[in-house]
Amino acid sequence: MKKYWWKVLAVLLVLYSIIMGLLGHVPALPIVNETIRNVYFHVPMWFTMFTLYIVSVVYSIKYLSSAKPHHDLVAVESVNVGIVFCIFGLLTGMLWANFTWGTFWTNDPQLNGAAIGTLMYLAYLVLRNALEEEQKRARISAIYNIFAFPILIVFMYILPKTTDSLHPGAGGNSGFGEFDLDGSMKAVLYPGAIGWILIGVWLMTLRYRIRKMEYQNLTATP
Amino acid sequence: MKKTILSLLLVINGLMCSFAQSSAGVEMATGLRSSGKIYVVVAVLVVLFAGLAVYLFTIDRKVSRVEKQQER
Repeated sequence: MKKYWWKVLAVLLVLYSIIMGLLGHVPALPIVNETIRNVYFHVPMWFTMFTLYIVSVVYSIKYLSSAKPHHDLVAVESVNVGIVFCIFGLLTGMLWANFTWGTFWTNDPQLNGAAIGTLMYLAYLVLRNALEEEQKRARISAIYNIFAFPILIVFMYILPKTTDSLHPGAGGNSGFGEFDLDGSMKAVLYPGAIGWILIGVWLMTLRYRIRKMEYQNLTATP
Repeated sequence: MKKTILSLLLVINGLMCSFAQSSAGVEMATGLRSSGKIYVVVAVLVVLFAGLAVYLFTIDRKVSRVEKQQER
């Protein structure tokens, strides 16, 4: 039971963000109205994706120095779960955009950056499937992964800030933090984000444990 | 000096008034929250998420069980 405490914490934090996210006080702003509460659920998806991709990069580096197949398995499962959260982030963002900007998708640097980032990580999975030999696959995809992560940072954080963007927090547009004068939104967003990150890591460990057993069965059979 | 301070204060006051009006005119679901049964939606979401969480715990336990079998 000792191992489960952080999983319980994750569930409690997300439950808190659902309850306080819907009932708590938010600043009244034109156009966004009550949809400002989406911040509590849309933003943590991206935080979780980033955390999982960082885990993936760390384990890719570990694989290159150790050549232990288990490190490669952690790296790939982190990307697998990270992409799920990335898709959730894209879908919730598109839904939100449709009711505030009037369209599901615009050629906004932040949105296009996120799309390119998604494709880059899908390419990682395609690359893995294209390589037959196990060690070669692990090594090449680890190197690809280490290069993909800084490019993702550039596309999602640096480029949108240098040009005009509709997206809050990007260039020429303030984030919602500026309107959150008493910090009541931060008090919901950050605990919720930690909760979602822990849930993402939990899902990753589950997938990794199953994958590890599959791998053991594969190598054990003559 | 006094005049400039006074006029500055007037400008600030005017700005504050205009901002106050723009935010007061925004329609928020404050009425909904008191009588619009928003708690029902909160309860539904809590039930859904709690259910999924319990399900996740059972999957976790199952994986642990299979892992133990594997070790034998």
